[in-house]
Amino acid sequence: MGEPLVRFPAPESAPPEVDLPKAGRSGVQMAPGQGLRAYLGKVQAIALKELRVEWRAREVSTTMVVFGLLAAIVFGMAFDLRVPSPQMVVPGILWVIVLFTGVVGLHRSFAAEVDRDTLAGLLLAPMDRSAIYFGKLLANLLYLLMAEALLLPALLILFDTNLFQPTILVGLFLGSLGYAEVGTLFAALTAHSRAREALLPVLLLPVMVPVFIAGASLTAGVLDGAPGSGVGRWLSMLVLYDLLFVVAAYLLFDLIWEA
Amino acid sequence: MATQARRASSPSWGFVPVLALDVLAAVALVVTVWASLIYAAPAANLAGAEQTAQRIFYFHMGANIGALLGFLASVIGSLGYLVTRSLFWDRLAQAGVEVGTVFGVGVIVTGSLWARPTWNTYWTWDPRLTTATITVLIYLAYLLFRNGIDNRHTRARFSSIYALIAFLSVPLTYYSARWFRSIHPVVLTGENPDAQGGFGLGPSMEVALSISMASFAVLFLALWIHRVRQLGLQDRIYELREELYR
Repeated sequence: MGEPLVRFPAPESAPPEVDLPKAGRSGVQMAPGQGLRAYLGKVQAIALKELRVEWRAREVSTTMVVFGLLAAIVFGMAFDLRVPSPQMVVPGILWVIVLFTGVVGLHRSFAAEVDRDTLAGLLLAPMDRSAIYFGKLLANLLYLLMAEALLLPALLILFDTNLFQPTILVGLFLGSLGYAEVGTLFAALTAHSRAREALLPVLLLPVMVPVFIAGASLTAGVLDGAPGSGVGRWLSMLVLYDLLFVVAAYLLFDLIWEA
Repeated sequence: MATQARRASSPSWGFVPVLALDVLAAVALVVTVWASLIYAAPAANLAGAEQTAQRIFYFHMGANIGALLGFLASVIGSLGYLVTRSLFWDRLAQAGVEVGTVFGVGVIVTGSLWARPTWNTYWTWDPRLTTATITVLIYLAYLLFRNGIDNRHTRARFSSIYALIAFLSVPLTYYSARWFRSIHPVVLTGENPDAQGGFGLGPSMEVALSISMASFAVLFLALWIHRVRQLGLQDRIYELREELYR
């Protein structure tokens, strides 16, 4: 019935030379069996596998970091001397860059597996499919946080605005978590599409509007320093978003891989 | 599978009721135009251009009903597909999104035209405006996403997953935009203390509003059923083509 989701190499072609990780050398022992501990071990194994691939190829993280810095510079040039105080535009700039930076990296999450023909192997791994989701989610979250760690100093230099404030950092973490949750799921959905690089932002950005509004308002509230500007309310919105979509993604992720 | 799809997409359930619904929708729209432009009393607390523009309200709310029904159809259709795996439900969802997009654009356009004389701006980031716009963007994304997937069941499954996730975010968008700012009056229930211009409907206005909402609902149903039928026939053609070339 239709094309299979998973393509195996044609039988007559020679098996490709693959540098298989040797058990033990990777330092990850996948715990067999059931239970939360074993499950977390599997999530960790996937996350470490992602990071190891990334460390060797440096494909996603470097693109995200460079794109983030570039966007900050472009915004700096766009707004320089055009706004009375840079603090007025920095919250919006910060969150726009976070959203666009994320989308640059997120689509590689599953597309790279499709391109390298490794998706079948990943799906055949003896584990609950949701462990794959959470492993990739952790890796994507880490790339996002890394890009943000370099973005904040850039904004400090270009806009003379100190964003290193605990509430902003917490908000940034919660927002990135929600972004990675939905983004990882949508990356899996679009991995087989023809125009996945263009499609992912179109799918993702309308769904990220609550995170964008809450994040930008939270940042603006902290920068303005006005008491009772509803910072707690925005934090709770981000927490609600994170909780809602981690549950929804956990329930729906399995459905993607039926064939 | 094939027989089930054949039954669901068969045109044998009759074209006559659909045509009757079309005629009903056309008549209802004529009545709506009469009720909202002639029958309803002019707004008592407005004057000049604002008073004339207030009559857009009936079409604004009517289109809103259509958009809402499209939204409901897509959520129910998506859930129905994931539970039953019958393409019938997927067609309900797709038709709901397509017709809902038309109505959604209608809500935004009529709202902007009305806002210009009333709020002195075409656009503001009010929660309802924000939510309506984002919902239409989600609709468009949904339709683009479907186009890119060839396998019929994969398309149905993936777009159902997207629809459910995306529509979970709509209430959050509404509430975050509501906390952000609001000047839009709450028409049917509750009050918005920050609203620019309150809302009290006179008796003839209430009648016109009810007529408009009911006839736009009929119009939605007519368009939706047509599109569901059409999509069913389309699926049937694909099935026949596959059988032919096999």
